[in-house]
This record gives sequence, structure tokens and C-alpha cells, in this order.
Amino acid sequence: MTSWIQLASVFSMLSLLAVGGGSAVLPEMQHLLLEHFGFSQTEFVHAYSVGQIAPGPNMLAVLIMGDMIDGIAGAFIVALAFFIPSSILCLYAGRLWARIGDTPWRHSLQQALEPVSIGLMCSGVYTIAKESLVNWQSCAVAFLVGVLLIKTKINPVILILGAGVIGLLGAYIA
Amino acid sequence: MAAKNNQATSKISLVQIFWQFFIVGAISFGGGIIAYLKELLVTRYKWVDNDEFLVMLSISQTMPGLNSVNIAILMGDRLRGALGAWVATIGMLLPGGCIVLGIGMIYGINSDHPMANHVLGGIAAAAAALLATVTWDMGTRIFKKRKSLALLVLTFVLMSVVKWPLYLVLGVVLPLALYIYRPTQLNKMEASK
Repeated sequence: MTSWIQLASVFSMLSLLAVGGGSAVLPEMQHLLLEHFGFSQTEFVHAYSVGQIAPGPNMLAVLIMGDMIDGIAGAFIVALAFFIPSSILCLYAGRLWARIGDTPWRHSLQQALEPVSIGLMCSGVYTIAKESLVNWQSCAVAFLVGVLLIKTKINPVILILGAGVIGLLGAYIA
Repeated sequence: MAAKNNQATSKISLVQIFWQFFIVGAISFGGGIIAYLKELLVTRYKWVDNDEFLVMLSISQTMPGLNSVNIAILMGDRLRGALGAWVATIGMLLPGGCIVLGIGMIYGINSDHPMANHVLGGIAAAAAALLATVTWDMGTRIFKKRKSLALLVLTFVLMSVVKWPLYLVLGVVLPLALYIYRPTQLNKMEASK
């Protein structure tokens, strides 16, 4: 029960701090899950990564984290806590926005938020990369996937699954 | 926004909203869900026009939360009020949520398997590459502007190097960014062009 309340409070706070989208809160999420639930960095990166195979928003991976912490009830609580607070805020902000119309401050806010959210996303990349790029093999796989993502139109899911197969084959060969 | 319903959109039922968002949520493998939303709901079904969509996108990016979820909220509200907003969001999250839970259970059962770590290692490396390229795509505009780049680097350093909690990073960087991009400054920049 206490862990339910903790899960709900951690993820509803993350929901409201997710400026510029979900990957902006990855570092904070990793910190809080380690601090409150003893969730290791490796578990965190694995949960995030396997979540990328599913369709829909990439941050649905939070459900896997909830599930790992407290089973299906944990996943359910995380879903509610992570998606409802920001959605309520956006619903009313959208209505207010339509009523206020164009003001100079709105453009300022957008301009100000953009570099901050990209900076946070870079921190998100760093959080995932420092745990996943641990040897030359994983760096080579990431490099190859990055090149294919930029140069071709292959669906990322296929590349992610392919990278899993490469990881497995690499282990058999070695 | 709900009050703006015109004849064309007032015929869209909650079931239709749920179903179309469910489809987007089910087929958008590999990220880029916003492109799917635009293709299906703006270009094909014309539930909102392109200008309206762009306004929704900028609100979504300004407000906290996932951009795709925020767009579902705004579009659902525009079509059918608050109820439409929740129906759209639930529809969009349901398929991916169920699949993700299935994947999580497979992971939970097999994570002790000796081979699991090798598979997961490969998957994690690819996921890192995917997140990096998405971030790079979104950032290219910012990297070229000196003030924005400075704010970006400051945000990154406070978060990942100094390791401040997120609320503190936002509490320091956002006011600074707002000061730098305050309206008078923008007007001057506009005038000097």
C-alpha cells in the first residue's frame, strides 16, 4: 500500500515535470526509481529499451517499470499517475490558450522552452547511453543502428529486434 | 475549444474517436506517433485542419507530458469536449499499453536466463541510438543558435553533470530562458531582421 502511494506520487510528479516530452524526465525517473524502489540502472535501461518495441508513445515503457516494482497493480497505478496529471493540465491550458489567443509572451515561452527541453532530452540520451554502451560491441551496434536510422527508412522496431539478435549471436560466437 | 464544434466535426462520435486513436496507437511501431496522428486524422479524415493541428502541436510541446498524449487530449476536446479528450487518450494508449505489459512479463520471466542479458544488451544499444537520432533531429535548429545552445548546454550540465533534481534545474533555467527570450527582446530581433 505504501509503495502504491509512493509509485503514484513519484510518477505524478514526473508527469508534471515532463517539459518537452517523456524522454526529458528519463534521468530524474532513473534517480527516483533507484532511490525509492532500489531499481538498478541496468533494470531501468532494459525496461526502457524493451518498451521501444511496442507501438504507441515511447514512454509506455513506464508500465514495465510499474509492473517490475509492484506487478500489474503497479503498472496500473503508474499509468494513471504518469498520464492523468499532465493531461488535465493540457486540457485546461488548451481551452485557456484558445481564449487568450496570440500574445507575445506565448512566443517567448515557446522559444524559451525549446532549448531547455532539448537539453533535458540530451540528458535522457546520456542516461540511456551510459548504461547501454558499455563495450566496443554495444558501441558498434549503436553506431550501425544510428547510421541505418539516418540513411534508410527501415522501421526502428526491426532494427531494435535485429540488434537483440546480434547480441545473442555475438554471445554464441564469443 | 469544445465550443468551436462546427457541423463537419459534430457528427464524429465517441466510438469513432476511440477507434481512430486506437488504430494510431496500434500501428505506430518505432515511434513517430505524431506523424501517424497527422496523417490519419488531419490529412485523411480532416477532423481538424492543418493550422489547427499546428496550434495543438505547439500547445502540446509547451505543456508538460507526452506530446502525443497532449495532442490526443486537445483533439478529443475539440471534437467532443472533455469526454472526447479522455476517450481519445485511452484509445491511443490502450494497444501499446497492453503490448508493453506483455513484453514486460516476457522480460520478467526470462530476465534470469543467461542469454537474456546478451539480447537485452543489443536491444538497449539500439534504443540508445534511436533516442539519440530523434533528439538530434529535434535539436538541429537549436544547435545553430548561440543563445539557445548555451541554454541547452547549461540544462544538460545541471541535470547530468551537477546532477541537480529536475525541479531545481527547471526552476533555474526556465526563468533565465524566459528572460533571454522576453517579448521586448524578440520584437527587437524581429525588427533587426
